[in-house]
Amino acid sequence: MADKILKQIKVKVWRQKGPKTKGKFETYIVNDISTGTSFLEMMDILNDNLIREGKEPIAFDHDCREGICGVCSLYVNGRPHGPDDDVTTCQLHMRKFKDGETITIEPYRSKAFPIIKDLIVERNAFDRILQAGGYISINTGGVPDGNAIPVSYDDAEAAMDAASCIGCGACVAACKNASAMLFVSAKVSHLARLPQGKVEAARRAKSMVAKMDELGFGNCTNTGACEAECPKGISISNIAKLNREYLCAKIKD
Amino acid sequence: MTKIKTHIPEGPLADKWTKHKADLKVVSPANKRKLDIIVVGTGLAGASAASSFAEMGYNVLNFCYQDSPRRAHSIAAQGGINAAKNYQNDNDSVYRLFYDTIKGGDYRSREANVFRLAEVSGSIIDQSVAQGVPFAREYGGLLANRSFGGVLVSRTFYARGQTGQQLLLGAYGSLNRQVASGQVKMYYRHEMLDLVMIDGKARGIIVRDLATGEIKRFGAHAVVLATGGYGNVFFLSTNAMGSNGSAVWQAYKKGAYMSNPAFVQIHPTCIPVHGDQQSKLTLMSESLRNDGRVWVPKDKDTVEKLRKGTVKASQVPEEDRDYYLERRYPSYGNLVPRDVASRAAKERCDAGFGVNETGKAVFLDFKDAINRLGRHVVEARYGNLFQMYEKITDVNPYEEPMMIYPAIHYTMGGLWVDYNMMTNIPGLYAIGEANFSDHGANRLGASALMQGLADGYFVIPYTIGDYLADEIQVPRIDTNHKAFEETESAIKAKLEKLKNTKGKTPVDYFHKELGRIMWDKVGMSRNEKELKEAVEEIKKLEKEFWADVRIPGDLNELNQEIEKALRLADFFEMGELMALDALERNESCGGHFREESKTEEGEALRDDKNGAYVSAWEYKGEDADPEMNVEKLEFEFVTPTQRSYK
Amino acid sequence: MFMSSFMKSSIGRKVLVSLSGLFLMVFLLVHLAVNLTLIFDDTGDLFNQAAHFMATNPAIKIMEPALALGFVIHILYTIIVTVSNYMARPARYDKRNSKETGGWPSRNMFFLGSTILVFLVIHVWNFFWKMRVSGDPLLDHIMIDGEQMENSYNLVATLFKTSYIYSSIYILGVISLGLHLSHGFWSAFHTIGLNNDVWMPRLRNIAVVYAAIIAGGFIAIPVYFMIFF
Repeated sequence: MADKILKQIKVKVWRQKGPKTKGKFETYIVNDISTGTSFLEMMDILNDNLIREGKEPIAFDHDCREGICGVCSLYVNGRPHGPDDDVTTCQLHMRKFKDGETITIEPYRSKAFPIIKDLIVERNAFDRILQAGGYISINTGGVPDGNAIPVSYDDAEAAMDAASCIGCGACVAACKNASAMLFVSAKVSHLARLPQGKVEAARRAKSMVAKMDELGFGNCTNTGACEAECPKGISISNIAKLNREYLCAKIKD
Repeated sequence: MTKIKTHIPEGPLADKWTKHKADLKVVSPANKRKLDIIVVGTGLAGASAASSFAEMGYNVLNFCYQDSPRRAHSIAAQGGINAAKNYQNDNDSVYRLFYDTIKGGDYRSREANVFRLAEVSGSIIDQSVAQGVPFAREYGGLLANRSFGGVLVSRTFYARGQTGQQLLLGAYGSLNRQVASGQVKMYYRHEMLDLVMIDGKARGIIVRDLATGEIKRFGAHAVVLATGGYGNVFFLSTNAMGSNGSAVWQAYKKGAYMSNPAFVQIHPTCIPVHGDQQSKLTLMSESLRNDGRVWVPKDKDTVEKLRKGTVKASQVPEEDRDYYLERRYPSYGNLVPRDVASRAAKERCDAGFGVNETGKAVFLDFKDAINRLGRHVVEARYGNLFQMYEKITDVNPYEEPMMIYPAIHYTMGGLWVDYNMMTNIPGLYAIGEANFSDHGANRLGASALMQGLADGYFVIPYTIGDYLADEIQVPRIDTNHKAFEETESAIKAKLEKLKNTKGKTPVDYFHKELGRIMWDKVGMSRNEKELKEAVEEIKKLEKEFWADVRIPGDLNELNQEIEKALRLADFFEMGELMALDALERNESCGGHFREESKTEEGEALRDDKNGAYVSAWEYKGEDADPEMNVEKLEFEFVTPTQRSYK
Repeated sequence: MFMSSFMKSSIGRKVLVSLSGLFLMVFLLVHLAVNLTLIFDDTGDLFNQAAHFMATNPAIKIMEPALALGFVIHILYTIIVTVSNYMARPARYDKRNSKETGGWPSRNMFFLGSTILVFLVIHVWNFFWKMRVSGDPLLDHIMIDGEQMENSYNLVATLFKTSYIYSSIYILGVISLGLHLSHGFWSAFHTIGLNNDVWMPRLRNIAVVYAAIIAGGFIAIPVYFMIFF
């Protein structure tokens, strides 16, 4: 409760003017930060200082600031979303840091997530994977009543566990192979667990995996870094489920 | 009066929509292929409309300022979505949902619109289930429901505390399917900067590619705005940082009417502001008030000790606590509607009983619930919210009561639309939070999701055909038309002007100042004197902004400061109109509380004789005052009554 | 058509690594069973008979090239996967502190595998090559139960008894193998889809037990010779 003041922290941050320019680390000093301040508010303060000094502020993605939109993406002190568990960067607070500490902030690094500027990366690859089949092919209207097809409690819960993915890309950032398997598997497994999604499960698994491979993500080696760093705690059991769905689909080919 | 044409069909309430649909013109499949529709925004309303249009065969151009459609702020809605399914056999019906919504809105919305909303609510659930939205289920496999504030039945469908997320992901899935098929062209990180009009019709938009700074033109036969609300006028709100009213505002400046801008919902249970470094307020779900009790100390001594930290809240004895909601509203207690709960909290804090360092917080205490139900039950019900609270505040709410305070949450006001969701500009539509249509002066919980999806899935796909049927002869819009040219150069000039201001103060400073003025004078409690002051102060601040803002970086690159500056430039003007609208409305209703209009006990007092109207503000140019047109609200089917929660 | 697109896909490649790994794990159990005869009969007869059986039985003969192929596939596809993983992150992080639920071995499977490969080469050179191809004076033929066979026991036991360096290398190699298996075992099942929330902890525990049996069993042999001879 009682917030303390961090007298001084050093922020070592990746600066890169554009997608094609070479980047480098710069170190800035920020004074008098309350431990109750959120990490991104600290960034706001730093940016405010930079602008007043006539420098360019640090570009970083952020929007909802309540841990659900999935756009914040910083790699803080060697971990996506920083040194706290089950949070996104916007929910990270300065009480997780010590006075005088040097905080290293990097963009997510992966071939499939190119840097646009400073700490902002393009995660459009995720949209493209979902466009390959991360949906149930129905049109608006003409659907049965919501209660026409019962769904078991356990299936609904398991589907919800997988569906809580926010598409932030921390799994890719944390994975030593920059693999997107947790992301892909969460969607495949969410839909495959529901009767509505089972209909085209085989097609979905094949096309989403093919797209994932095409976009340059790495392969999963089951290290579990993704589930350890996932702000929503999505389990790698979903990856086993994806493997199963994919194998079954391919065997039928 | 004459300017306003609502196109509400005649006839009995329950038959209006059916009859209207039968009368609407339809475009043939062959002609749909020749028609382009621009949809701005990818939240519940935008994504559902874009995908539905594409499924019907229209060519859709869809824009979002975020890096992905899935980030739209609909994603943050927690509690649930209402639908008159009557699955619980508790005598729910379309009429009951209609009645609850119109009463909850304090009788400041249209009967016909609200009835239609209730009518299509059931289809939304069917649609979402078919899309794979993992709603909560009973053990028998059927859909579960829970209750929400202000109603007597159990009609809220939910997916844990992430209903908005799941519904949006459903709509986003449908959208993705259409993007893959090429029927929707998706533009990510593209923000609409202006509306292009040709011969009095909406024909296109000018956008800025936020990743490169490039200004681009897009033409279409119709433009649909699904850009959400303008709550960020207040700087601190539960909205996303990027949520803005600029698209709506550009439409207003091109002649679309702005309705009820003063109607803003203030949510009573948010985590309080902790200091001047705060950027955003986090909502704690309304459901917490089912088991939490709201209180402040009875005496200022205890308040002082709490602020200094010499006494913990849990140590304050029962007899020193003032459960003011239970005291003032014995029948509804802690479950009074949002506007009432918010005002009561403000009243206590203004009287000096606020419990944190800033004096702007009250307690929401679960001690009794934990004693009564056991910790595990409380944990099962609210575990994720408690965890979120602890992450943010570092206080364990199982041991110490939560601290909460009201915050800006939703804007009921928006672009004026007729029964077809079309603004007064032909070919320009507004859906979801961007329009004013369904919530009156106060929105009920779990109704925003319902409205966004109703508009996008089941209303506008039909109504837009009525307009487009007459457009089939119009060839694809040529973006070399001089209207595009002119609009684009105006935008470029505005950008240059901002960039070349060469001041020394960052955008956020001005935004925070604007927020302070708005919160203090156009916030929860308003009076004539302060509203007038607000108008003057905003004008002054706006001038300072244009003289002293500093925008580093270039225009032709990703530049977050110029994005913020453009949005803020519009917020100044919106804030002013909000104050003007609040000044015009002398009554208190819903979220709009005028200190001049209250009962002897200090409760809100509505004035149906003079207040039963929708304002429709018309832009009259840079230096002229806007003109307020009026749409009279007629109540044929319900009788407005004064709300009482005593 | 199926095979080519499957083997090019990320999951397909890993399924090959997984299946070949599972095959090699079965082999390891057989290998261990044979080798443990070294310490249960100091005359060496039991081991020699087992070795002779392994060298002459037609079924085993058929399995030998299959085993070689298993190694080749396992190594080849691991290299392919590892290279493509490396390419998936062209720019590395300055500081890395991510946790993983798989633990240290899961991050270092390629390193462990490479260590095992080096060991394997030495191991094959010392035993398999001599027994089957080049021959060695220590392998002088002996008669057991009226059958003539090579004295494999002599070759193996002599090396363990006389060379502490070799024994140490052997033990290090086997420790790498154990660590490799502690991840590889459950990971193999996971990759072919045979896992879920219920089986995850079970498989991980079985993996540790299996790895401990294999590593412990193999280490017991040089330790036995070093202590008792």
